[in-house]
Amino acid sequence: MKIRAQFAMVFNLDKCIGCHTCSVTCKNVWTNRKGVEYAWFNNVESKPGIGYPKEWENQDKWKGGWTKLNGKLELKAGGRLKKIVQIFSNPNLPEIDDYYEPFTYDYARLQNAPLSEAAPTARPVSQITGEKMDKITWGPNWEDDLAGEFASRARDKNFSNMEKEMYKQFENTFHMYLPRICNHCINPACVASCPSGALYKREEDGIVLADQDRCRGWRMCISGCPYKKVFFNWESSKAEKCVGCYPRVENGMPTVCSESCVGRIRYNGIILYDADKISAAASADNVQDLYQEHLDMFVDPFDPAVIEQAKKDGITDDWILAAQKSPIYKMAVQWKIAFPLHPEYRTLPMIWYVPPLSPVQSQIDQKALPTEADGVIPKASAMRLPVKYLANLMTAGKEQPIVDALNRMIAMRSYQRSVHVEGTPDTRALDAVGMTEDMAKEMYRYLAIANYEDRFVIPTSKEEMRLEDYHGFQGQAGFSFGSASSVGISPNSLFPERRKESMEPRKPVPHADELHDVTGERY
Amino acid sequence: MSLTNLFFGVYPYIALTVFVIGSWIRYDNEQYTWKTDSSQLLSKQGMMLASNLFHVGIIMIFFGHFAGLVLPHGLWLGLGISDLAHQWIAIIAGVIFGIMCLVGGAMLWYRRMYNPRVRVNSRRSDVFIITWLMATLILGLLTVPFSVGHAVKGDPAVMLALAEWVKSILLLNPQPELMTKVDPIFRAHIFFGMTVFLVFPFTRLVHILTAPFSYLTRAYQIVRTKRRLA
Repeated sequence: MKIRAQFAMVFNLDKCIGCHTCSVTCKNVWTNRKGVEYAWFNNVESKPGIGYPKEWENQDKWKGGWTKLNGKLELKAGGRLKKIVQIFSNPNLPEIDDYYEPFTYDYARLQNAPLSEAAPTARPVSQITGEKMDKITWGPNWEDDLAGEFASRARDKNFSNMEKEMYKQFENTFHMYLPRICNHCINPACVASCPSGALYKREEDGIVLADQDRCRGWRMCISGCPYKKVFFNWESSKAEKCVGCYPRVENGMPTVCSESCVGRIRYNGIILYDADKISAAASADNVQDLYQEHLDMFVDPFDPAVIEQAKKDGITDDWILAAQKSPIYKMAVQWKIAFPLHPEYRTLPMIWYVPPLSPVQSQIDQKALPTEADGVIPKASAMRLPVKYLANLMTAGKEQPIVDALNRMIAMRSYQRSVHVEGTPDTRALDAVGMTEDMAKEMYRYLAIANYEDRFVIPTSKEEMRLEDYHGFQGQAGFSFGSASSVGISPNSLFPERRKESMEPRKPVPHADELHDVTGERY
Repeated sequence: MSLTNLFFGVYPYIALTVFVIGSWIRYDNEQYTWKTDSSQLLSKQGMMLASNLFHVGIIMIFFGHFAGLVLPHGLWLGLGISDLAHQWIAIIAGVIFGIMCLVGGAMLWYRRMYNPRVRVNSRRSDVFIITWLMATLILGLLTVPFSVGHAVKGDPAVMLALAEWVKSILLLNPQPELMTKVDPIFRAHIFFGMTVFLVFPFTRLVHILTAPFSYLTRAYQIVRTKRRLA
């Protein structure tokens, strides 16, 4: 047994309202720069849909993640030799149009245009070429709220083994949001794909990072990641990815996407796992066993033997305490209501999801849905969101764990409804799924109330324990490009500088004062 | 100083010195700039053919030059390859890989100049280096008729003089006068070739020095620790 701690998250899809606040805060903090305009370390997809980049879940097309080859775990795109052979032209690399051509608008035109009959328009401008674009045909969230025709959305891989034509009909249509970030996998395919060894997993918290100095731009990680969450900065020609907001997390703060989530759907915490089990877990024969194998890697932070071993492996007391209080452990292991995204990619992803129930009140009122014992809460199998679809998303198609999770959430609701509406606790639904009242109350506190201190249990990284000279790194911890601790490429460099400045429209929007001659006249 | 001395006695050392020291400084101080500068994300069209032809062609040409000009002459004689056979092998291999490289390189050059996305985002050095490499390559291919002429006459003297000159440079005993014997086209090709070494550290070519062969032997997963290892 070798215990490691992993910084992990759970997203409660049951409460995601698709507001994109997470995406916007993330973009403003990390990717509002030239070369990564198109990159969304965090994006929110409307499901069913083909997502961002297009059809990212279709690994027949992109060859991301791992597969079993002759009984051995191997990268789906091919092993080391094949990668070297394909290095001159990576056949599996998405093109920028598979994401979208980044654009802005010629806003200055709105103020600078000469007087005309028609109102001036701000035309879109490509942020790659700086040219005007005729028409924007795709964007990071083109399918928002089921936009577009069904035929396009139906290419969603999660429809496999489903009669998807049925969901074309308006009466049967269903919808959910899927916020996505880097999964900081325990068996990351991007790290394994990198020819230069620039990507790595941090031992202390499991955050997966791309070393900007070491990266040479061989672009194998871009296609290697089955979630397409490593991006190619076309300005710097380096791989960039979600950094798990490590400067914040190291200081005990949640990631910006989690902190800013208005629905309070995001939980940050650590979870302890047995690193000796990684290989066996990732190479389970049946993809439908991967969820259970993954779950079995997690160790009980209350078990004295585990605590003893964790200490031996260099995990400090406050980290063990954080693992005991971890919302991730509660939801994934104790309540089993959270699931990994696409475990069949065999990367052992560490962003887990609570599957959504469906808002169906009017159907229940019309007695159109079969309900549980209380006569109010519908049966999981009768919900609008097909269980099969959720199972394809989270358990490689195995439906039972999803049904069990939905039933536990329904039972919690049923119980809380009886307490708050009827005034008398009704435990029939709880009994049916083997839950206690205490468990239901705690689940309610975590899922419905979602207090800040319950959602975010993040131990600090103990930088002070590592440094001999505490002041040695003072003023050096900023986020910068270029050689370590510099502001970037020095202006006197002999070597190539940045291509040119940003692709924003040449003419800036005039300042309000510039439109008037200053005459000294009083307003 | 005669021009021959300047170009074939002094210039090679300037080029090689800048190549070595410049690459060293850049590797040491500017790791962030050390990269392939791939533009495949911006445009994939035709890259499978263009990039592979170009790279395979140019790598084989490099090894061909290395084998013919740098490896000891005696090695080939020892292997039973006569000078004339050597020259024919060089001509045939040079034509095959030269044309591969030419076709691929021309496609890459066209893409760099006329693909709007790639053109706008090209540095001057990107345009310069592909153009210069193509010019060097074309000059190299233009030497082929001369080589064939020599080979048909059964006279490998020019080839031997070139190899001799390269060795004289590498052994720090430059003999620029050897170059007066060879056709001007060879001299032009060599000047262009040496210039590639001169500009090497200032362009994307540096990615060659970090070709990732270590990937073949390393473990898939990389874990870094911040703990001080005892």
